Amino acid sequence: MDVVSLSRLQFALTCAFHFIFVPLTLGLSVLVATMEVKYGRTGNELYLRMTKFWGKLFLINFALGVVTGITMEFQFGMNWAEYSRYVGDIFGAPLAIEATTSFFLESVFIGVWVFGWNKISRKAHAVSICLVAFATNLSGLWILLANGWMQHPVGYVLRNGRAEMVDFLAVTFNPNGWLKFAHQISSAYVVAAFFVLGISAWHLLRKNETTFFKTSFKMAALFGLVSVVLSGLTGDIHAVEVGKTQPAKLAAMEALWDTQNTVWISLLQLPDTDNERNYFEYIKVPGLLSILATHSLNGEIKGLKDFPKDERPPVMPVFLSFRLMIGLGMLFSLLAFLAVVLSRYDLLERYPLFLKLLVFTIPLPYLANQFGWIVAEMGRQPWIVYGIMKTSDGISKSITLGQVVGSLIGFVLLYGLLGAIDIYLLMKFARKGPDSDVSSLINTAKRKV
Amino acid sequence: MEFQVIWFVLWSVLWAVYFALDGFVLGSGMLQNFVARSDIERRVVINTLGPVWDGNEVWLITAGGVTFAAFPTTYALMFSYLYTPLLLLLFSLIVRGVAFEFRGKVDDPRWKNIWDRALLVSSFLPALLFGVTFGNIFKGLPMDAAGYHGSLVSVLNPYGLVTGLLFVLLFVVHGGLYLSVKTTGAVKTRSVSAASAAWIPLLIVAVVFLAYTYPATHLYDNFLAHPGLLAVPLLAVLSLLGIKVFLVKGKLLPAFTASSLTILLVVATGVVGLFPNLIPSSLDPLYSLTAFNSSSSPYTLKVMTGVAVIFLPIIIAYKIWVYRVFRAPVTNQDVLDNKQAY
Repeated sequence: MDVVSLSRLQFALTCAFHFIFVPLTLGLSVLVATMEVKYGRTGNELYLRMTKFWGKLFLINFALGVVTGITMEFQFGMNWAEYSRYVGDIFGAPLAIEATTSFFLESVFIGVWVFGWNKISRKAHAVSICLVAFATNLSGLWILLANGWMQHPVGYVLRNGRAEMVDFLAVTFNPNGWLKFAHQISSAYVVAAFFVLGISAWHLLRKNETTFFKTSFKMAALFGLVSVVLSGLTGDIHAVEVGKTQPAKLAAMEALWDTQNTVWISLLQLPDTDNERNYFEYIKVPGLLSILATHSLNGEIKGLKDFPKDERPPVMPVFLSFRLMIGLGMLFSLLAFLAVVLSRYDLLERYPLFLKLLVFTIPLPYLANQFGWIVAEMGRQPWIVYGIMKTSDGISKSITLGQVVGSLIGFVLLYGLLGAIDIYLLMKFARKGPDSDVSSLINTAKRKV
Repeated sequence: MEFQVIWFVLWSVLWAVYFALDGFVLGSGMLQNFVARSDIERRVVINTLGPVWDGNEVWLITAGGVTFAAFPTTYALMFSYLYTPLLLLLFSLIVRGVAFEFRGKVDDPRWKNIWDRALLVSSFLPALLFGVTFGNIFKGLPMDAAGYHGSLVSVLNPYGLVTGLLFVLLFVVHGGLYLSVKTTGAVKTRSVSAASAAWIPLLIVAVVFLAYTYPATHLYDNFLAHPGLLAVPLLAVLSLLGIKVFLVKGKLLPAFTASSLTILLVVATGVVGLFPNLIPSSLDPLYSLTAFNSSSSPYTLKVMTGVAVIFLPIIIAYKIWVYRVFRAPVTNQDVLDNKQAY
């Protein structure tokens, strides 16, 4: 392994680890904010207890999301100095704007929310968590606009030996970034929905606090169903755009070797990269890919053979991740639909097997999110900025193999430890269930109202 | 031309404010094991930091993001040349953040003890490493056409270490004063003593730093060319002395204000001396990274200026509001009342 591959591995690992926490933060912030607003509107203590219980899990997860996020900012300069130098003019701006417009807001008001229970009015307190949810999601937008620029560079000229920004609005309204945002946000909400569904199911199976967990379940089921539908729709629109702007990625996603019209999708298929063909293609649905990717039955789709070998992404991981993501998405749609129906008619206790299934589903949306990013980022290879700069050209010139090996080992050990503690704490507090006693809190909160 | 100067100033302000704000968090973290003895006292200490530490750390993220956006070449070379010290800094900041969150989550003295130790180390190391890094920036990095000629060992040179020690002591005094204002009873008394005790070595190290800066760096060149600028280090020294004056009089909030000013003015002294360099080359001034040769295009700087003009006042406004909401000292009862507290 050389400095480039190890730096890529390190970036992938630290990014994937960061992204264990981000989707739950994005989605659970919205759910917890909804709970607290409901409490404010109805005065129903149940919603306060829900805010407290899910809020506690939210905070354990939030802390790790924050601290592992700092790594991202450091790593561009540490390992990818040539990239940073070359694109900083246009790529740095969304990152700096993210910090100024969103990260400050989120970090300041999370402190207000956690420590402000007895200090500010009930309304101001609910507003704090709403601001956290808003800022967290806005933060995602700026980060994805930065990523969107790497996928589909716009609004720049190559000048003075670098990419310089000439059109800020083009960067801000880059369709790739917005579609990624829409797809990512809805997919993140699916993670949060199944997190709440799974934990509620676990408690319902044990008949703990049934009203509490049925209410949580209902809320999450609806949230999950809407999100999974939106995730599918935005994913479809995004794929069409990828087909136009990153044809090599689309070809790898479908393991399509030859350029054709009216392209089928085969449900069972496995790519053979060395021989530029597929080992097998079973159960072909004629024209489906053309319809999905171009919204026309005889749309032409470029095959991988149309790209020089050194400009093709690694086919196997992109293809498999894409399939797994889609498959999981379909599973989530079915489960979310059943969850909505069964909770609507109060039939959950009659189907313990379904509840059990939901408990084991908790990790799957996380996986689907990671698969999505494997498609997006490995599918972009060998480019670090699509069509402009190769990944291998972005590496820092001054770092040594020893440094990267050292930092990679450090990250694996530190993150491994933190990940284990996080899972332990989440399970501990999820199992413990909500606090029964909120009276002290209500009293002090009322004092201030 | 103009935008580059504006962004040099903003870049400096971000670092200065970051050090003034996170300085007391790092300082309190270093002192927690000493000024607080029982579990509830230790919880009080970290709960004084709870509402603000995350928001304070964002100044660092913004300083980093602004370096990336406004001075990409400086960002790229600084972070890759100082790979190992910055990696250690990053690990420390990660551990510190989770130490706050994890400490109270398991009710076992050994568990809490581990995180108290972790907080001590992960507060000390960033203070030291920021000092060492800025000491080396003041001094200049050994870089030329062939790249970087330094290593972790070369970064730990005497001047770098003196600056590191200066930062550690500044933050200890600053943190001690913060806790003096934000706690009551025994913790408050011990915090006042800690700040007073650390002030004397701080004064000595500050004098050594100011003297050593003359042979070790070119920072004084700007001051000698424009003697009026000497007001900045002079005010820094006055604020440093002011800390002691207020401490003796028992005026704790003014003493904390004086330590905040000291930090802001120490950073100001450094950047006034650096200008227009962001990172000078210790080998050949031709390869120094300046606000002019390492900046983004005028268009990008203009866009960024617009963002800063709109959002910085908003950020400052809600941060002031938050500090006002949480201005009261934290008591044992406060910690027991809030189940979400650390």
